[in-house]
Amino acid sequence: MSGRLLVEARGLTKTYRARKGVPPFRAVDGIDFELGRGEVFGFLGPNGAGKSSTMRMLGAISPVSTGTLRVLGMDPAHEGPEIRSRIGVVPQDDCLDRELTVRENLFVYGRYFGLAKNVIRDRIVGLLAFAQLEEKADAQVETLSGGMRRRLTIARSLINEPEILLLDEPTTGLDPQARHVLWDRLYRLKRDGVTLIITTHYMDEAEQLCDRLAVMDAGRIVAEGSPRELIDAHVTREVLELRFQPDVHAEVAERLRAAELGERIEVLPDRVVVYADDGEVALVAVHEMSLSPITALVRRATLEDVFLKLTGRSLVD
Amino acid sequence: MIASGWTLRRTGSLVERNARIYRRSLSPVLASLLEPVLYLVSIGFGVGRLVGKVPGIDVRYAAFVAPAILATTAMNAAFNQMTFVVFTRMKTDRTYDAIVPTPLSIADIALGEVVSAVLSSLLPSVGFVLVMLALGLVVSPGILLTIPAALLVGYAFGGAGLAVTTYLRDFSDFQLIQLVMLPMFLFATTFYPLSVYPGWARPVVEILPLYQSIQLLREPALGIFHWNIAVAVLYLAAVGSFGLALATRRLSRQLLA
Repeated sequence: MSGRLLVEARGLTKTYRARKGVPPFRAVDGIDFELGRGEVFGFLGPNGAGKSSTMRMLGAISPVSTGTLRVLGMDPAHEGPEIRSRIGVVPQDDCLDRELTVRENLFVYGRYFGLAKNVIRDRIVGLLAFAQLEEKADAQVETLSGGMRRRLTIARSLINEPEILLLDEPTTGLDPQARHVLWDRLYRLKRDGVTLIITTHYMDEAEQLCDRLAVMDAGRIVAEGSPRELIDAHVTREVLELRFQPDVHAEVAERLRAAELGERIEVLPDRVVVYADDGEVALVAVHEMSLSPITALVRRATLEDVFLKLTGRSLVD
Repeated sequence: MIASGWTLRRTGSLVERNARIYRRSLSPVLASLLEPVLYLVSIGFGVGRLVGKVPGIDVRYAAFVAPAILATTAMNAAFNQMTFVVFTRMKTDRTYDAIVPTPLSIADIALGEVVSAVLSSLLPSVGFVLVMLALGLVVSPGILLTIPAALLVGYAFGGAGLAVTTYLRDFSDFQLIQLVMLPMFLFATTFYPLSVYPGWARPVVEILPLYQSIQLLREPALGIFHWNIAVAVLYLAAVGSFGLALATRRLSRQLLA
């Protein structure tokens, strides 16, 4: 393997054994990907797509079922503790020590990595500033807001100065303002050259943060590339969204298809979506057909549209 | 298998964490001391007034009962720590979900918890010996042996408790645990000697880990030194080690699936 690659996965699968009343389940079904230093790589997909299972294998927490995986040039099956000492993990749930203060949480975590007490104390100063928690340093975790806890969890994962940071759904459950604060922190890490692997089911998050994305569905990678490349390759430049009375959506879609409007028409529960390189032109055509939508919106195509095209489903159910 | 062996440094970091949480308040120590002191006063002195002396042993009844209650104290401190506290960490706090991504192995986690349990049985045990001293129930310098013995009791019930915890489904299962622990406390010769039982019942009692724990503490405390203490030492070490090994195995499957 070349020294440039931090992660290399070939034909990776994860099958959970059958348990009482639950048949065996293949969560990850033969995926290939690689990751270079300094990249921000994202797994985009709905819940149950296999993103978290992939992350657990990458973090040397969950054994690989079949296929090969190298992380930092090592095999997770044999060098788990060594890999884990050089990566950082931000789990979906914060799992902070609620009985301890912010500072103690960082300290205790640093000790798991075998760091000397004075080294940890020095790093805590920088991490508290990074997480914007200096004023909360000696507060109990119990008293923190959701956004603060999330930032503390990220600071905690950086205590060992990891070469790769794995973030599983980093902003799920946060309010919009807290998400933006968090994204700003992640940009800083990216700027500082930290390699990030992110899972998300938010397309705006994937679009803003990731250099490269793997779109996952049902345990497989269905497309891979930069957000721009994915949009260019799979959908038109613009999208026209039309809202009628819901009971006429199917009928309207038929008429639009018959008129060969745009490249593709999708019917969603609350709207009809027309994929066209020029949305305004398509909208004029709609009006010329004497259709009068309740609302009409022309927007740029997003990863959400890519996902819809590739899987026939929306990202957030 | 991703689970690898344990190291002193990694295991120690978890013990350090638990000690940090434990030392935040003294009230759990006082609480775990209150119950045994109440037993000692009510049964040791209260009932003891009616009993007088235990046949064949030349001490007052309270002095006979006290080392057994000390063994129970060490048992409960370690066992509760490894059942209720660990179960809460697993299910409610999700503590281990934050630890498995670190270099700690499951063996580090299991051993670290059991060592923490042993240490958490130390303070109540020392406290109880001081209470015995204050009440004039220390009858032999052999009492000094009860402290390391109490640590071994902590190890046995810490390991066993951790293994039990891996089988628990929800908090209501703790009632099943009480269904075992309470009778054991009452019948493991805590309040009367083994000679009270008919011959056929004695082996049943002797196999109880609490009986072996009481033997290990009571004889030295009363100044009796007999080779059968070695049996208790080996038995309790085996119970703790078996529990620890079983718990490690099961936690690997539960935490690393």
